Amino acid sequence: MIELFLKYEFMRNALIAAVLAGVTCGIIGTYVVIKRIVFLSGGIPHATFGGIGLGYLLGINPILTAIPFSVLSAFTIGAIHKKAKVNEDTAIGIVWAVGMALGVIFIGLSHTPASDLIGYLFGDIQTVQGSTLFMMLILDIIILISVFLFHREFLIVAFDEEFSTVVGVPSKSMYFLLLGLIALGVVVLIKAVGIILVIALLTIPATISRKFTSDIKKLMFISTFAGVTLTIIGLWLSYLFDLASGATIVLVLGIAFVIFSFLSR
Amino acid sequence: MGREIVSLKDLYVYFNNTVSLGDINLSIKQNTILGIIGPNGGGKTTLLRVILGLIKPDKGEIRVFGKTPEEGRKFIGYLPQYTIFDHSFPLNVFEVVLMGRYRGIFKDYSKEDKAAVINALKTVSMLEFKDRQIGRLSGGQLQRVFIARAIVREPKLLLLDEPTASIDPEMQSAFYDMLLKLKEKMAVVLITHDVGAVSVYVDEIACLNRRLFYHGPKEEGLEKIEEMYRCPIDLISHGVPHRVLRGH
Ligand SMILES: Nc1ncnc2c1ncn2[C@@H]1O[C@H](COP(=O)(O)OP(=O)(O)OP(=O)(O)O)[C@@H](O)[C@H]1O
Ligand SMILES: [Mg+2]
Repeated sequence: MIELFLKYEFMRNALIAAVLAGVTCGIIGTYVVIKRIVFLSGGIPHATFGGIGLGYLLGINPILTAIPFSVLSAFTIGAIHKKAKVNEDTAIGIVWAVGMALGVIFIGLSHTPASDLIGYLFGDIQTVQGSTLFMMLILDIIILISVFLFHREFLIVAFDEEFSTVVGVPSKSMYFLLLGLIALGVVVLIKAVGIILVIALLTIPATISRKFTSDIKKLMFISTFAGVTLTIIGLWLSYLFDLASGATIVLVLGIAFVIFSFLSR
Repeated sequence: MGREIVSLKDLYVYFNNTVSLGDINLSIKQNTILGIIGPNGGGKTTLLRVILGLIKPDKGEIRVFGKTPEEGRKFIGYLPQYTIFDHSFPLNVFEVVLMGRYRGIFKDYSKEDKAAVINALKTVSMLEFKDRQIGRLSGGQLQRVFIARAIVREPKLLLLDEPTASIDPEMQSAFYDMLLKLKEKMAVVLITHDVGAVSVYVDEIACLNRRLFYHGPKEEGLEKIEEMYRCPIDLISHGVPHRVLRGH
């Protein structure tokens, strides 16, 4: 297994991508799971499809256009929820569909062959380029620094938003910052497993880890470890049996989830 | 009685064009326990939320420690009527109470903060549960933890929204004794349906049913509640010491 990863450059890149994705799983996934915003973390990647389409239309790396699109959709969901007093899940539904619709229009205008899109929809970790890896690294660093600086605020807001306001946490700003970080995390994961499967990476490692600890720091470490390990196993199996990488990773996550659910009974 | 720390003048709050609080004039004084009684939907919780700046009044003026509620609330400890949270949330009792010591961005919790948490947990007799995951407590134990979270700030004003609702009798009298001690250092606002407690521990009462029907020393208030106001009468005559009903 180790030789395989050392031998080919694309496998080396895929390995680095898996580690970067695992860090996102661990940190962002933990917040998604404890704040119960799973639907949100499914909606943002779908809305981000608009950004992918825009990249094709403009002829630039779609991951680059995905970043502002993802962040913007997350903020829009937050704003609709807070300002228009609409339920968060309704807001997510709206942004989800509109983002995808934009993507379809952009891609139609750019005459992109459908086959190119499969990688973004279902992930293609084995074709990650150096430039994309670099972007993933930068996003992970932004996430890590923000969480290091604001973990106290995120925790209070996630636990009890009203009380956080009372004790002086700028809860609205923190809510939006957290949404923004989730959006960045989503972009990191898109290349690994694709828009449709991001939700698995954001939820499964953190959910498995919860069975082992109720300490948030440990939760983040275990989730990161689980995310990296399971992604690499999926990557390896997909190479071995010549299967679609994104789907294989998700299946490995799913199987791990089932196993741990039974083990912890 | 102490000096005024919170004042509300001609204050109105509307929800969907119906008055929830109308024409409220109220002052809260230092070193005083103010009991607020009134029927369900009478606006008691709304009043606390206005003081905390969580609800903006539609009309009227409010000063908290001479400032706006947003600025003044850092001196307030608050026990909400309900706290809705995920019972599998990865926090233990100690960490929940520690949140009450939050001081601002980039300010880590200090040794004193942690010592204050231990103290607050002792005060509510919950120290032995400090490592327990927060979702694995009984209703009354949880309530005591949230009381600890409110007092751990060492606030100058303590707002308690039905603190004794799920507390057992033995713990209740300990709780009221605690309030008497806290009163030396702060003002306390106590929303309760427990008129028995009001008659014993409270200095002033306010009777709230959308309007403030009475606010003043408890002695006169208790006698007037029944005759004057639409405060729930059954609430007053149930299981209440006789002296409360004296004069009727
Ligand atoms: N967010 C809200 N939106 C609309 N109406 C509200 C809202 N909050 C409170 N109200 C209304 O304001 C009135 C006062 O509510 P409040 O919660 O302050 O009552 P309360 O005195 O605390 O009652 P209880 O004893 O049941 O706790 C009620 O009629 C309620 O319907
Ligand atoms: Mg209430």
